[in-house]
Amino acid sequence: MSGPPRIQFHEITKRYPGILALDRVSFDVAPGCVHAIVGENGAGKSTLMKVLSGATQADSGSIAIDGVQVKIARARDAERLGIATVYQELSLAPHLSVAENVFLGRWPATAGVVRFSRLRAEAARLFARLGLTLPASSNVESLSVAQQQMVEIARAVSLGARVLVLDEPSAVLTTHELASLFRLVREMRGRGVSILYISHRLDEVFELADFVTVLRDGAHISTRPIGEVTRERLITEAVGRGLSEDAPQCRQKRGEPVLRVRGMAAPGRCADVSFEIHTGEVFGLTGMVGSGRSSVARAIFGTVPGVQGTVQVGDRCGPFRSPRQAQRADIAFVPEDRKREGLLLQRAVRENLTLAHRNSSARWGVLALGAERRFARGLLDRFGIRARGTEQAVTTLSGGNQQKTLLARWLQRPYRVIILDEPTRGVDVGAKAEIYRLIGELAERGAAILVVSSELPEVIRLCDRIGVMCRGRLASVLDNSTRATTQEQLLSLAVGAGAA
Amino acid sequence: MMLREQHHVIRWLVAARMPIVLLAVVAFATFLTEGRFASLDNLINVARQISFEGLIAFGMTLVIVTGGIDLSVGSLVALTGIVAALVMRAAGGLAPEAAMTLGLSAGVLAGATVGTTSGIVVARLAIPPFIVTLAMMLVARGFAFILCDGRPVYELPESLMWLGRGFAWEGALGRVLPVPVLILAAAYVVFGVLLSRTVFGRGVVAIGSNEEAARLAAIPVRRTKVIVYVILGALCGLSGVMNTAKLMAGDPRVGEMWELNVIAAVVVGGTSLFGGRGSMTGTLIGALLIGVINNSLNLLHVEHFWQKVVLGAVILAAALVDAGLRRLEMR
Repeated sequence: MSGPPRIQFHEITKRYPGILALDRVSFDVAPGCVHAIVGENGAGKSTLMKVLSGATQADSGSIAIDGVQVKIARARDAERLGIATVYQELSLAPHLSVAENVFLGRWPATAGVVRFSRLRAEAARLFARLGLTLPASSNVESLSVAQQQMVEIARAVSLGARVLVLDEPSAVLTTHELASLFRLVREMRGRGVSILYISHRLDEVFELADFVTVLRDGAHISTRPIGEVTRERLITEAVGRGLSEDAPQCRQKRGEPVLRVRGMAAPGRCADVSFEIHTGEVFGLTGMVGSGRSSVARAIFGTVPGVQGTVQVGDRCGPFRSPRQAQRADIAFVPEDRKREGLLLQRAVRENLTLAHRNSSARWGVLALGAERRFARGLLDRFGIRARGTEQAVTTLSGGNQQKTLLARWLQRPYRVIILDEPTRGVDVGAKAEIYRLIGELAERGAAILVVSSELPEVIRLCDRIGVMCRGRLASVLDNSTRATTQEQLLSLAVGAGAA
Repeated sequence: MMLREQHHVIRWLVAARMPIVLLAVVAFATFLTEGRFASLDNLINVARQISFEGLIAFGMTLVIVTGGIDLSVGSLVALTGIVAALVMRAAGGLAPEAAMTLGLSAGVLAGATVGTTSGIVVARLAIPPFIVTLAMMLVARGFAFILCDGRPVYELPESLMWLGRGFAWEGALGRVLPVPVLILAAAYVVFGVLLSRTVFGRGVVAIGSNEEAARLAAIPVRRTKVIVYVILGALCGLSGVMNTAKLMAGDPRVGEMWELNVIAAVVVGGTSLFGGRGSMTGTLIGALLIGVINNSLNLLHVEHFWQKVVLGAVILAAALVDAGLRRLEMR
């Protein structure tokens, strides 16, 4: 490699009230490479990216791009320097077309009137160059999340980006979609773009990255070529202690069937789904996006209208028509999207913790706030949620602690059936291990657990049996008591290629 | 650390901003009116004046915290006042107390019925509350006129006046506690507890913060939404009957613009129009603030048109201060 590095971070320091978010972080990013950044939630990855993209400013330190020291005070400055960021929360205008979004604010116009034909043609040319198949004139809201991400990346390219920041791009993608993301990233690398890739999934880091930087508690720990590190080494550095990523292996105890689903169908979502989950068993449900894996979970919990067939917990017979009925039948449900359907972001941790069991510190409907606060404090300890106190707004917690808060909302009581939809989405390796351990404990205590997950390694490590959904039907149920199922097996079933 | 202390001061300021502003305005009004504002008679007067709309503002707070809105409250005051007046006149043969009780029940029931209708349409059919209650505002106002042929309803039992203009005690302390103010105070306690200290109130806040999360946490979302509109309707009924008692007539024209005054009190009190955040204490102070400003402008003989300008400026200022403090707090 010759010439100056694409980015030089020099002694970047950022302090928030009470927290040192970045502590004299220095490292270089080479041009035309994929540079992964790993670390636990709260390690400073997001803050560093915000500094780079002008969303916030460092207290001290400097950044040089291609050897030239730069000042990034606003998002505009970053854009001018060719730094593009694709955040986890996509920032597209849903009612505008793909082409309009790609060239947002830069539409070709004559006397103020947009020339749509030229706009579409330019978009099509750009997509062809990047090897993308995107419908230029469709509205963005009709696209899948994966396609929307492609649109964002295409926009970055059209802006002439030299640096592309991808913040957890894979969190919402299926294995299939991931492959096309990787292709695009490699394509951009080939064009000399430097990609900063933030991900919790080490598999991806090893597959894609050329370099990897570890941050921990706001400090820079290491930056090395990917060939010089091992998986174990990375985890140890990120967490600061040795930690087994593996879930507890093979459970022995498997008792009576608790949850019985027979011939369940939900219009337009899933059909003819039948399975049972026994006490002490972890049952995994996987499949492509749109295969109906989440719909099955939701149909059981009564949030989908028009469910037919039978759903039975012990002697309680469903299908249940509302989450309340399902809760009374002893089912707990932790939804997949904690921000959209899980947490009251602006409210206190305490209120979030007690939301599904508000009655537990109430008498005749009136809450005893002191008792509730003590109870919430107990939950913080029991579930290892790191918060300043019970009154902190939940939005200020790290992703892992938010997820643990959501889990604690339901798992504070011993439900017989526990449904977890993507229980480790967007959480760091440390929190992930804790959540796996928790699931293991719940199974030990005799709960019947349904884990819905798109992350195949997770399903294989965690579940005793695995159901694979394909086009709304349960294609197959595999025995995984020896943890011997392979990703290839699951994938071929998920795309409908495997034999049942 | 300097920064930390600053943060605490800001947090305290944010928490105590409403009482501080109220005190400042009261002091300023007293100063400008050379003490006339602070006379006992005038203070009692202000308190009574805000009771009618303040009562409704408590119900409106519940609705707004769920993320809803109700524009029909002013029309409901007129409609329920007419219904109560007609019932009392029809029950003229009964003992005055019995007629009064009947009229009051009829007014509250009428309000609750309209509230139920709005609530069910909003919750079950998922039509935006702005539109539903805008329609209900016109329908209720129309029926208020239809029921009485557009003419005020007189010949009400004499004892009714107590509800609108009477005093709770007329003993040694003299006439210090007007009945409407007593009702307002009782409602403040009841609804303050309901919003911040009950399982139901927790559901109200949760729905306004994140409706989907509330549903998935097994909160009865639709039922809760219907109930807040029913409560608001019933409070409009109570206020409507009190208003009829104050005027000693059922008048189909009353309550014009009340919806905006009520929403102003709620918003000045720091409740978010987006839902998920609000308090009854804030609403009470908001109502007091607007009442104090109106009253002192009257005492100063400020022209009616200018009063509107001043009030508009106050609402805007309240919103700006609120947004500014919040931004400081977030840092």
